[in-house]
Amino acid sequence: MHRPGYGALMSEPLLQAVDLQCERDDRLLFRNLSFSILPGTITRVEGPNGSGKTTLLRILAGLNDAWSGELSWRGRPMQGQREDFLHNMLYLGHRPGIKSLLTPVENLHALMAGRQPVAEGVLRQALKGTGLAGFEDVPCRNLSAGQQRRVALARLLIANEPLWLLDEVFTAIDASGVAAIEALLQQRAAEGGAVVVTTHHNLQLPDLQSIVLGERAAL
Amino acid sequence: MNTGPGVGTFHAMKAVFTRDLKVAFRQRQDLLNPLLFFVIVVTLFPLGVSPEVSFLQEAGAGILWVAALLSVLLSLDHLFRHDFDDGTLEQLVLQPQPLFLLVLAKTLAHWVLTGLPLVLLTPVLGVMVHLNGNSIAVLCLTLLIGTPVLSLIGSIGAALTLGLRSAGVLLSLLIIPLYIPVLIFGTGSVAAATDGASVSAYLALMAAFLALAVTLAPFAAAAALKISLSNG
Repeated sequence: MHRPGYGALMSEPLLQAVDLQCERDDRLLFRNLSFSILPGTITRVEGPNGSGKTTLLRILAGLNDAWSGELSWRGRPMQGQREDFLHNMLYLGHRPGIKSLLTPVENLHALMAGRQPVAEGVLRQALKGTGLAGFEDVPCRNLSAGQQRRVALARLLIANEPLWLLDEVFTAIDASGVAAIEALLQQRAAEGGAVVVTTHHNLQLPDLQSIVLGERAAL
Repeated sequence: MNTGPGVGTFHAMKAVFTRDLKVAFRQRQDLLNPLLFFVIVVTLFPLGVSPEVSFLQEAGAGILWVAALLSVLLSLDHLFRHDFDDGTLEQLVLQPQPLFLLVLAKTLAHWVLTGLPLVLLTPVLGVMVHLNGNSIAVLCLTLLIGTPVLSLIGSIGAALTLGLRSAGVLLSLLIIPLYIPVLIFGTGSVAAATDGASVSAYLALMAAFLALAVTLAPFAAAAALKISLSNG
């Protein structure tokens, strides 16, 4: 992403959280959580099951309102920056956002339609890139769980948003697929994008930052 | 940096609308359910109550309106449910365009798939309950104005009850009171037409309901969707 003006922003955090606190069902998930997401970094959210990894990612994406603290986007409070934030953020949840009655091409087209104009050839190329060659026009309900997730992941090959929030993207993906995604994330960080990812998978990446949740599990 | 204007709002609305139609036409039995319900209810009245022409002329418009209302109500739970379950709703909320306009596009698709077919079927069923030509025309017109109101008001209830496991009963309880004015003026206009009175006042009121619903319901539904997703 070497576009004019990007270099100057390299050191400025994209996303910044100060004293984030979240309670869910009368249970404190985390508090005093502060971190910055810088361009060109990969951040992994770690923690045991139920420690609030998905909740944290949904809070960052703006899907969950049950939190207190401060969130800022490019140095300004998130509240006033919502539209700019949505233009520049890609969120993949652990529900892949794929309609089982539509084909991969139609799904991808519908998902991209609200974000950036993309030619169908580009969509097909991206689906090929995720190993779905030959399945482009098969309804998604006839695909395996891993293949359906690959349809959602194909967006990563087209997306140009500077911030990616990826929740459990490695679920149901085979070993070679995992390696390919790792390479993609690394390339993305090298280009100046920022990635926040939750996973139980042991990421083989250098310079990985961590946000650790649920340390009270020692009880 | 991707701070460009991105995709226009109208283009995004069109994409939401066409996707919903596409999904619906891949699942035609779901499309037929409300229609079949509408036809069955209207057909059962002459059999169950009375096949007398005088009774049917008197009650026909009311029967058709109530059947249409219930059939829209039945289809409401699907409006956001599938999208919620498969994660496409999350992606919709995270689109940079104003959410209420995207919700409006979805609601419009819902009306095209449920309300509009009911309006198109009405002349046939109107003849069956012995309504005269003028009454049928007025009935179709009131349904044409009224069913979008039903879809729009219903979208608020569907969005509010999204996170609940057994949403059906609560949805009906929330929505039915808001449907009653539409029902009263809808059937009232047909009664006026049968009596030979002017219907323009009724139609103007129904059009006012529609204007109110189009401008307010998408905001309420969008806010309700965000709340439901926040808890989900």
